[in-house]
Amino acid sequence: MMLGSMVSLLMEGMITSIEIFLLTLLFSLPLGLLIAFGRMSKFTPLRLIMKVYISIMRGTPLMLQLIVVFFGPYYIFGTTLSPDYRFIAVIIAFSMNYAAYFAEIYRGGIEAIPKGQYEAAQVLGYSKIQTFFIIILPQVFRIIIPSVTNEVITLVKDTSLSFVIAIPEMFTVAKQIAAAESSIAALIVAGVFYYVFNVLVAFVMARLEKRYDYLN
Amino acid sequence: MSLLEVKNLKKSFDENVVLKDISLNVEKGEVLCIIGPSGSGKSTLLRCITDLEQEDSGDINFDGTFGLVFQDFNLFPHHTVLKNIINAPLKVQKRDKNEVLKSARDLLKKMGLEDKEDAYPHELSGGQQQRVSIARALAMNPDILFFDEPTSALDPELTGEILVVIRDLAAENMTMVIVTHEMSFARNVGDKIIFMDDGYIIEEGTPEKVFSSDNARMKEFLGKFYD
Repeated sequence: MMLGSMVSLLMEGMITSIEIFLLTLLFSLPLGLLIAFGRMSKFTPLRLIMKVYISIMRGTPLMLQLIVVFFGPYYIFGTTLSPDYRFIAVIIAFSMNYAAYFAEIYRGGIEAIPKGQYEAAQVLGYSKIQTFFIIILPQVFRIIIPSVTNEVITLVKDTSLSFVIAIPEMFTVAKQIAAAESSIAALIVAGVFYYVFNVLVAFVMARLEKRYDYLN
Repeated sequence: MSLLEVKNLKKSFDENVVLKDISLNVEKGEVLCIIGPSGSGKSTLLRCITDLEQEDSGDINFDGTFGLVFQDFNLFPHHTVLKNIINAPLKVQKRDKNEVLKSARDLLKKMGLEDKEDAYPHELSGGQQQRVSIARALAMNPDILFFDEPTSALDPELTGEILVVIRDLAAENMTMVIVTHEMSFARNVGDKIIFMDDGYIIEEGTPEKVFSSDNARMKEFLGKFYD
């Protein structure tokens, strides 16, 4: 196979990988915040449920979670699975898993904000919602961006786990080409893709970090 | 009728009774200084009046707006000096932007900080930060301004800066309630002094009356300052 045709095959896989990456962030970042609120709730049952949720999501392999989300509906309910569900299952599994990690990062950030910030906001008449979005969250961002960067970089590489339910993303495609051609070239191209992707991610996150770093 | 009336206020934290039976009045234009040993309930009293704590029983009658200046400033570190001052008037009081900006700049000038509006709090000294927090409170046009040990986090030189600002406000007839450990300041600037100990008001009245009190506890407390 010519390098050109190999790259165009890989391109399609790459687009799928990027879709998984972006959709996972789109859903897991807000979901993580909601889970963090639940985890910090004064309502004990909710707090315990979120604690157990986070514990399971972080304590079991993402690859296993992918398989459970994909095959679960069939084994548990006997549902016939539409072909579209394959991709949906990937997004559900990734979002649920990453939301658990993000929730703990948010929680750490939120708990690091001194009580005096809430009190000053209250005395100035800010509502609870204004206090969170105007006073607390921007300060939380500054604290958590380095940890979020770590997770986002891991996510880029973790998208390759979706090969386990045969999603035609970058790694799945590269593996198929490598097997068919008895050549390692496609895997090297895939490796370069992940690396460049992550260099870009690190660059964007460093810019964000700088923007929120009001202390420098 | 008094601007602020507190009647039979009681507050405890678990088993610890902090305010046992507090009643006081503040008139418009009056400066009330509350003194007393640490743990006597001064700050808790202020926190109940400003709704940061919920009292167990008693009445607080106050119709109007208030500002509170904290011991450790509690400026918003991610906002510039100017934004710290104008944001609540704009977002909470929904006032006109030009009017708010003008009054914020007037306040900064009054605080001697006119060249600091774009600075972030961490770039300022403690005394400057406390002046910004006073400006932030004043920008809300409060009817009464509370100070919770406004100089306790500052060294003597910076303490002086803040006391001058408060004295100027007193000269403009700003109504203020000041919890402080600065005895000579309280004596000079206060129209009325309250001495608290162990959750009670032990002595209250004009500075002359309170500072020459025959009350044994009061004398013991003041003695420590004059020795």
